[in-house]
Amino acid sequence: MPSSPQPWNNPKLRAFAIQLAVLFVVGSFVWIIVDNTITNLQRQNIASGFGFLENPAGFGIALTLVDYTEQSSYGRALLVGFLNTLLVAVIGIFVATILGFTLGIARLSSNWLVAKIATVYIEVVRNVPLLLQLFFWYFAVLRALPLPRESLSLLEVAFLNNRGIYVPALLLEGNGLILGLSVLVGIVSAWLIGRYAKRRRLETGEIVKGVAFAPLLIFVVPVLAFLALDMGLKAEVPSLQGFGFKGGWSLIPEFVSLLLALSFYTAAFIAENVRSGILAVSKGQTEAARALGLKPTPILRLVIIPQALRVIIPPLTSQYLNLTKNSSLAVAIAYPDLVSVFSGTVLNQTGQAVEVIAITMTIYLSLSLFTSLVMNWYNRHMALVER
Amino acid sequence: MNNRLLPAVLALVVGLLAGFLLYPMFAGGDEAAPAVAASDDADPQAEAAPLPVVTSRSTLDLVRERGYVRCGVSQGLPGFSNPNDSGDWSGIDVDLCRAVAAAVFGDADKSRYTPLSAKERFTALQSGEIDVLTRNTTWSLTRDTALGLDFVGINYYDGQGFMVRKELGVKSVMELDGAVVCTNTGTTTELNVADFFRSNGLAYSIVAFEKSDEVVAAYDAGRCDAFTTDASGLYSERLKLADYNDHVVLPEIISKEPLGPAVRQGDDQWADIVRWSLFAMVEAEELGVTSKNAGDMRTTQNPAIRRLLGVEGAFGQNLGIPNDWAYKIITQVGNYGESFERGVGVNTPLGIPRGLNALWKDGGLQYSPPVR
Repeated sequence: MPSSPQPWNNPKLRAFAIQLAVLFVVGSFVWIIVDNTITNLQRQNIASGFGFLENPAGFGIALTLVDYTEQSSYGRALLVGFLNTLLVAVIGIFVATILGFTLGIARLSSNWLVAKIATVYIEVVRNVPLLLQLFFWYFAVLRALPLPRESLSLLEVAFLNNRGIYVPALLLEGNGLILGLSVLVGIVSAWLIGRYAKRRRLETGEIVKGVAFAPLLIFVVPVLAFLALDMGLKAEVPSLQGFGFKGGWSLIPEFVSLLLALSFYTAAFIAENVRSGILAVSKGQTEAARALGLKPTPILRLVIIPQALRVIIPPLTSQYLNLTKNSSLAVAIAYPDLVSVFSGTVLNQTGQAVEVIAITMTIYLSLSLFTSLVMNWYNRHMALVER
Repeated sequence: MNNRLLPAVLALVVGLLAGFLLYPMFAGGDEAAPAVAASDDADPQAEAAPLPVVTSRSTLDLVRERGYVRCGVSQGLPGFSNPNDSGDWSGIDVDLCRAVAAAVFGDADKSRYTPLSAKERFTALQSGEIDVLTRNTTWSLTRDTALGLDFVGINYYDGQGFMVRKELGVKSVMELDGAVVCTNTGTTTELNVADFFRSNGLAYSIVAFEKSDEVVAAYDAGRCDAFTTDASGLYSERLKLADYNDHVVLPEIISKEPLGPAVRQGDDQWADIVRWSLFAMVEAEELGVTSKNAGDMRTTQNPAIRRLLGVEGAFGQNLGIPNDWAYKIITQVGNYGESFERGVGVNTPLGIPRGLNALWKDGGLQYSPPVR
């Protein structure tokens, strides 16, 4: 007698049932935690909810990229902190990448001195805790610098003291929009020329003369626009008034030391990633390229680096994420980043720890996921295309 | 039963079991918040828990069972709460904690200290990590209401002040227009600075660190022109500076900073014990009872003293602690004046005069309701 199969003998149904059970367990686990937290907060008469974000903050922040006063809301303070984190992370990633690539290649240099200097740098910097390096760049350097009244000056227009770096501000007299557009025109035309030259080279094998100078257009076009439209440039020199310097552009020491510590530290790790990437390209590639008559620089640029990048990018992403997250150490040296402003001062003024920490974690998570997304896209773009 | 089914059933059973085991663990998570005594029986989650979990009980019961009082203190503020080379804590905040231990156990040494940053202090109290916060903490409306805490007294009347280098030649806070000011994050001082400079139309820039040691280091390195915190804190942090005579505390006090102990909201008995431990010290000073003469004073005919020392009446019983509670506090810790002079008074390196913290009859604000 042919018996119809029992439902538990159906592997698909079984797998579905188990997944459902696991989902249920995980779901109820999360639900219990959230519910329990809310109940306990209410029972202990601790304020909860996100309404506090609209209340006035009442405290000052040293570095703000957007308008912020003491009357601004906690939500605005959150934005200020977030932008400060973003600022140091983006510039830090930029500096660390350039420095890291330079050091990684230097460590493989055939020049004994260059290779040794790179090795010593990498081994020293990546083996000292970041927090200590941060304190070094902040306190050791701060102590060595003079007070505002005895500032080190460069031609009496730029100043360096323990309150920061002050340079003259260049104020444009004229239409800034047109100047911005001219920069855009310069970039686009440089890119078009480069594309044309590449196509020409691929089709005919002939190298367009002077194409290497195309990027200069990015500077030349705005300068021409500047001269043609008779715009002026006024320099505002910082001057000592009262307790410190007023006017000009300035960088606070907290920002500078955080940036230095983060990028020097991360650069050491990136250098090792770069070295491993380059060593992963077999020696045969170099020898083959040399046999074709290529010179050392084109060998590196056209043969080694594109292949090495496939190995470098995934760990490079991790380093970028590390740098962003490490920027939260800023709280130790008073740089007003997200953690210092929001989960420091705001948390304490409002006492709403659960909400504040949840928001902070969400922001770091989103920032990291976004970085991963961009880097994964870049990785796919660079990955080996199998033919 | 088919053999291939076995792992599936097993997985299901383990999953459900884990669910059941975890549920009471987290539903009973309120054991971490033992302050709430009254409302607990009505908690449906605690009742629904199938496994026996520790139900929330009064702080006094928990402290008795544990055998010592846990106090939250500063990370090292001379005069208030500061550890010495061998890790023993001293200062007026520590004395208050010792007084609570003496009241509950009859032994001031049954107290332990958790150093907390300004940022951590309230969470530590809310979560039950400490029983009482005796850490130079300003009593304000928001803190008293929105944080689930209750402030139970004031053991030091303070105000916010500024310290500057003598060489700046600044004589008043009003001359600080455009100055860079260093302070701690997560304190009322951050708000007071903003209010003060804004209301006086002065420009300023603030540099806020998480730990006070770094504030002092940055001020010492010349990063800021002025260092601001509670005046008592200024006197005490000044001792950490390389040449402390090169610095001067400006005369203006820009805010009211009543510093006092806080407990979790909802446990009135524990709040009473902490409140009256402080009052007992103040009352003892007013009645002239000191750690040295307390023994002899037990035979005095003065009824107020006899009540305080537990010779007459059963006041300890009303608090739920032994009747000789105040006697133990006074003999082991001393009265308020003794504690003040030992910690921050004029003969200590801090050299702070009694000022507002003198007894009410000497022109100060320290006043205890009668023990009767």
